[in-house]
Amino acid sequence: MLTEFDKRLLNIIQTDLSFEKRPFALLAEKLETTEASVIERLKFLKDQGFIRRIGPFFDSTKLGYIGTLVALEVKEDCLPQVASAINSYYGVTHNYEREGTLNLWFTLLSPNLMKQDEILETIRSLDGVVRLLNLPATKKFKVSVQFSLT
Amino acid sequence: MLDELDKRIIVMMQEEFPLVAEPYREIAEKLGISEDELLSRLKGYRQSGKIRKMGAVLRHREVGYAANALCAWIVPDERIQEIGEMLAKDTIISHLYARVPKPDWPYNFYTMIHAHTRKDCKVIAQGIAERTGLQEYVMLFSTKEWKKISMQYFKD
Repeated sequence: MLTEFDKRLLNIIQTDLSFEKRPFALLAEKLETTEASVIERLKFLKDQGFIRRIGPFFDSTKLGYIGTLVALEVKEDCLPQVASAINSYYGVTHNYEREGTLNLWFTLLSPNLMKQDEILETIRSLDGVVRLLNLPATKKFKVSVQFSLT
Repeated sequence: MLDELDKRIIVMMQEEFPLVAEPYREIAEKLGISEDELLSRLKGYRQSGKIRKMGAVLRHREVGYAANALCAWIVPDERIQEIGEMLAKDTIISHLYARVPKPDWPYNFYTMIHAHTRKDCKVIAQGIAERTGLQEYVMLFSTKEWKKISMQYFKD
């Protein structure tokens, strides 16, 4: 179980790791503890699987990538094959089965539109794919997963 | 634009972050550059928005957020900006996009909701509907996670 200290640490470290020489010492100050205990606890939380990764969150558009959300209607018995074919693409970051007629939803990042078209055409022609909707964003208002642990 | 060193830094920063007292010194050494150069470039990326934030990504199921729903809404074009700005302030919504509608799929606005249970997700969506006056929406609950990774930029 997460201790009170863990929760405070996780709440802060989701957004606030600084680009300074001793980032964990700065965190420790805010938490009124030592640098060593912050590091030790982070190792533990990482090992236990509470933390997936530590690092920067990049803005894909500003790095030159083009993103989209794709919804598929896939015949039930073909779902596993279609899902794993989609997973094999490098730029697919999220792929979820969802309730409803459109039962598979994935996000795709591509270096350019031509590459995106090429990938989507290949997926559209997979066995079991009834319908593919490409739903590119017209406006991005927010991209920030942040959990408040209490 | 990004130069070769920028790309090498971005690739390296996607590796396991060293949990040591001076992590940037360790990363800089691997890149063969000074710690100051690395830190000044990283700060530059944050200033220009290439880096949105720096920190930890949690596994949401492990920290108790077991339910997630993608909510698709029909928003009149003239209200997209207003509603987008209003909901962006809401910490319970993690992703918020206006998207192209399709003839057989008229939804043009998407909110990603994470909560402890499905019921909580529904209550949150109802709250959004009440605050915005939007009537038409669908909740797309996930039943299986086939893939969820952080993008590995400049690695393919």
